[in-house]
Amino acid sequence: MTETLMPYDDAIAAFDPAMGLEVHVELSTNTKMFCGCSVEFGAEPNTQTCPTCLGLPGSLPVINGKAVESAIRIGLALNCEIAEWCRMARKNYFYPDMPKNFQTSQYDEPIAFDGYLDVEVDGETYRVEIERAHMEEDTGKSLHVGGATGRIQGADYSLVDYNRAGIPLIEIVTRPILGAGEKAPAVARAYVATLRDLLLGLDVSDVRMEQGSMRCDVNLSLAPKGSDELGTRTETKNVNSLRSVERAARFEVSRQAALLQAGESILQETRHFHEDTGSTTSGREKSDADDYRYFPEPDLVPVAPSREWVAELKAALPVPLREQRAQLQADWGFTDLEMRDVVAAEAVGLIAETVAAGAPPQAARKWWVAELTRRANEDGVELTELPITPAQVAAIQALVDAGTLNDKLARQVFDGVLAGEGEPDAVVAARGLAVVSDDGALGEAIDRAIEANPDVAEKIRDGKHAAAGALIGAVMKDMKGQADAGRVRELILEKLA
Amino acid sequence: MTEQGKERGTSLLDKSAAELADLLAAGETTSVAITQACLDRIAAVDTDIHAFLHVDAEGALAQAAASDARRSAGEPASPLDGVPIAVKDVLATEGLPTTCGSKILEGWIPPYDATVVERLKDAGLPILGKTNMDEFAMGSSTEHSAYGPTHNPWDLDRIPGGSGGGSAAAVAAFEAPLAIGTDTGGSIRQPGAVTGTVGLKPTYGGISRYGLVAMANSLDQVGPVTRTVLDSALLHDVIGGHDPRDSTSIDHPWASFAEAARTGAAGDLSGVRVGVITELGGEGYQAGVQQRFDESVALLVKAGAEVVEVSCPNFVHALAAYYLIMPSEASSNLARFDAMRYGLRVLPDGDPSAEDVMRASRDAGFGDEVKRRIILGTYALSSGYYDAYYGQAQKIRTLISRDFEAAFEKADVLVSPTAPTTAFKLGEKLDDPVSMYLNDIATIPANLAGVPGLSLPAGLAPEDGLPVGFQILAPALADDRLYRVGAALEALLEAEWGGPLLDQAPSLSDVEPVETPGGAA
Repeated sequence: MTETLMPYDDAIAAFDPAMGLEVHVELSTNTKMFCGCSVEFGAEPNTQTCPTCLGLPGSLPVINGKAVESAIRIGLALNCEIAEWCRMARKNYFYPDMPKNFQTSQYDEPIAFDGYLDVEVDGETYRVEIERAHMEEDTGKSLHVGGATGRIQGADYSLVDYNRAGIPLIEIVTRPILGAGEKAPAVARAYVATLRDLLLGLDVSDVRMEQGSMRCDVNLSLAPKGSDELGTRTETKNVNSLRSVERAARFEVSRQAALLQAGESILQETRHFHEDTGSTTSGREKSDADDYRYFPEPDLVPVAPSREWVAELKAALPVPLREQRAQLQADWGFTDLEMRDVVAAEAVGLIAETVAAGAPPQAARKWWVAELTRRANEDGVELTELPITPAQVAAIQALVDAGTLNDKLARQVFDGVLAGEGEPDAVVAARGLAVVSDDGALGEAIDRAIEANPDVAEKIRDGKHAAAGALIGAVMKDMKGQADAGRVRELILEKLA
Repeated sequence: MTEQGKERGTSLLDKSAAELADLLAAGETTSVAITQACLDRIAAVDTDIHAFLHVDAEGALAQAAASDARRSAGEPASPLDGVPIAVKDVLATEGLPTTCGSKILEGWIPPYDATVVERLKDAGLPILGKTNMDEFAMGSSTEHSAYGPTHNPWDLDRIPGGSGGGSAAAVAAFEAPLAIGTDTGGSIRQPGAVTGTVGLKPTYGGISRYGLVAMANSLDQVGPVTRTVLDSALLHDVIGGHDPRDSTSIDHPWASFAEAARTGAAGDLSGVRVGVITELGGEGYQAGVQQRFDESVALLVKAGAEVVEVSCPNFVHALAAYYLIMPSEASSNLARFDAMRYGLRVLPDGDPSAEDVMRASRDAGFGDEVKRRIILGTYALSSGYYDAYYGQAQKIRTLISRDFEAAFEKADVLVSPTAPTTAFKLGEKLDDPVSMYLNDIATIPANLAGVPGLSLPAGLAPEDGLPVGFQILAPALADDRLYRVGAALEALLEAEWGGPLLDQAPSLSDVEPVETPGGAA
């Protein structure tokens, strides 16, 4: 089904978008939220289960203290109030991948509430208000077999893996983000990216969107420009990368604008985002009448973190992101503009790791922000999803610093590593990419170049060293690029002194 | 040898658990002998009683043999090592069917043991089998079992109480010296009352709920079902105490309950203040029930207790609050029975979706009373009704707790009849749920407030010759008071009767007696 879309710029000229973001983060605790089962990713289906996370009759939950601690630290890092007393609640609905047919979550007593996160877009700061961060358990995972879409409709049968059931989740919910105008999709992306960095810094989650350890739902509505009222919203699920957050928001703006312009109304519904087409399609119709019959979980006692404990956790938080970035910028000696590009490229963490692996900051910046960002964009993937590690980038730079590679050869090594040909050393060896540093071979090539360009050689002999470029170019071409241009220059000047 | 299997003093079956423990300790009998005697008795009478849904003869005898081996090696695991027990079918037993009296769990064999079951095994008590109950513990007569009702050993045409009618009847019919029950609104105490046995609901959090298939989590407690107060105390000592797997379990340094019972049995209650609850008695209570209750109170006075009247004005709302909170929690607890991974699965014709299978299986698997409570609870929790029903009920719950607090300032224990009537006839109240619910009017307040309660036999009602129950309530954590006062009253009553009340029960059959070693017939 093809949706009618309004070009984005036209849509934004006529309507103001309001967004709400719900981010689910799987905590990297050793065990599940309410039992002792492991949470390791990728184990054989249904091997990490017990009576409690399978919801067997008679089983009981016991809350994971580490998960509570992580929830509080996340709340504090998001400038939230921490509840003095709160309870878990049961969210009742039937679904085969939910073992008890209720999810143990939090309802009107979240562990953390009323916070904010500042995010930067094009050098401007937007304050995203956090309504709440609450604790809950993940559901199992359904695999629909047969049928074209991998969705439940049209499937022959479904399999359920309960390894994921009971993994601790924190759901972070924003207040409506208003007034971002045309930048709304970029603000959404920057929010999720900033949140990801913040969570990485807290060491509470792997935050791997592609593995589902960080998942984002984008709520979006449009109101006629200048109107005070919010429009009807849609909730787009399955938004599994930073890039998709932005694309999903843009698509919904264009789709909803077209409908509103045509005098139609927006259906309040859940929609699914499709990475391949960048579009959303209708899922389940959802109304405010959805009744989950929440009530306090009687099998658990209230969570009442002492003020002393909260203060201790607060004191031990890492430096705030903004200060962290300022410190990194100073350490790395980047200009404001350079740092802004780094932030925009979502490369702060990658550069930090590359520097930690021994690369000079400027080189790390150059590779990640210019070279690799370009490649990621070409492939339509996140920078972090490129099959190359900060350690490999540092290793390539080390080869450049040692004179084994020049930049042009280094790019070929990147090609090799990204193509899965192995570590940088192996790619250099296999592709025969090392710079020729044998003065004999270079000397012969220089001689050939001088012979072919007697007039240029004459200028150099007359002291016009700037003319050396032409000869260097010829030598590099002769050597198929596998020469150190600096050394070639030195040798030419020596010969023609 | 007598014609009848249970003439007092001649048979192992007649012995209390404490007496059996003494015989075992003295080497005068074996666990295998006792266990076999129970199994024989079950084989002889359970066709009539139907206390058991599942008997594990092989497993029980193997555990008995292991107990005897420990005993020979001089290493008994506990004072009750070797004394067999029956377990209500609502507790998970590894390798043994656990149905909760429901078709929806027919054939389910849990892969794990409830904490209480684990503690029984660790303490060396052979498990005879699983006892009948109202489906998911919802009822006061055991008539709501999907596997047919249990019959009262005093009169087979009458109900044994519920939901734990199976456990109470098994003990009353001398099929087992001990049993485990569960009590959400009176399911241990009310069956105790109508079968002439002893039952205790502990302080909420006193005994682990891990492995108890929940009806209403904030009300459910596991407890002992026995023939004597001392036996309840001995069993409580084995199964009670903190369990890290149950978040609502209390970490408390419990004193020995058996010690409290032995102290009480001496019969001196000087200085003990006993409060008679005005709201639980009089109108609506059978005359003979009230009479036996009043006589028991008089005995307490004779033993030195000081008796006062206390009023708990909010108790009149207890039933209403209970019938909102319990079904609310139950409606959520029972959602897991969806035919996806265990239990009954009904496949409708055609090409059914998962939802169709859930619907058909739940429709076929749940009985009417369960459906009634799921509907009630779902309604009470619904948006727009939550505050008016569930929210209001929680407020009443708080008020009832305050009534208890005020009453316990005036009295050390509170007393009332356990149930308003003696055992009624099977079928009599089946079509009248509200009348059925009224059976629990005196037991429910303790569950709502989380305080402990004990029921013990107070004699037979003159008008129908059926057992009457006497209820004692204590403040949270003061379960020991129940054993002390209960054992004192039991001793005084038995002195009047010339022996245990159950001696007056019909013998049921001509089962082969097992001679007490060295005993004269």
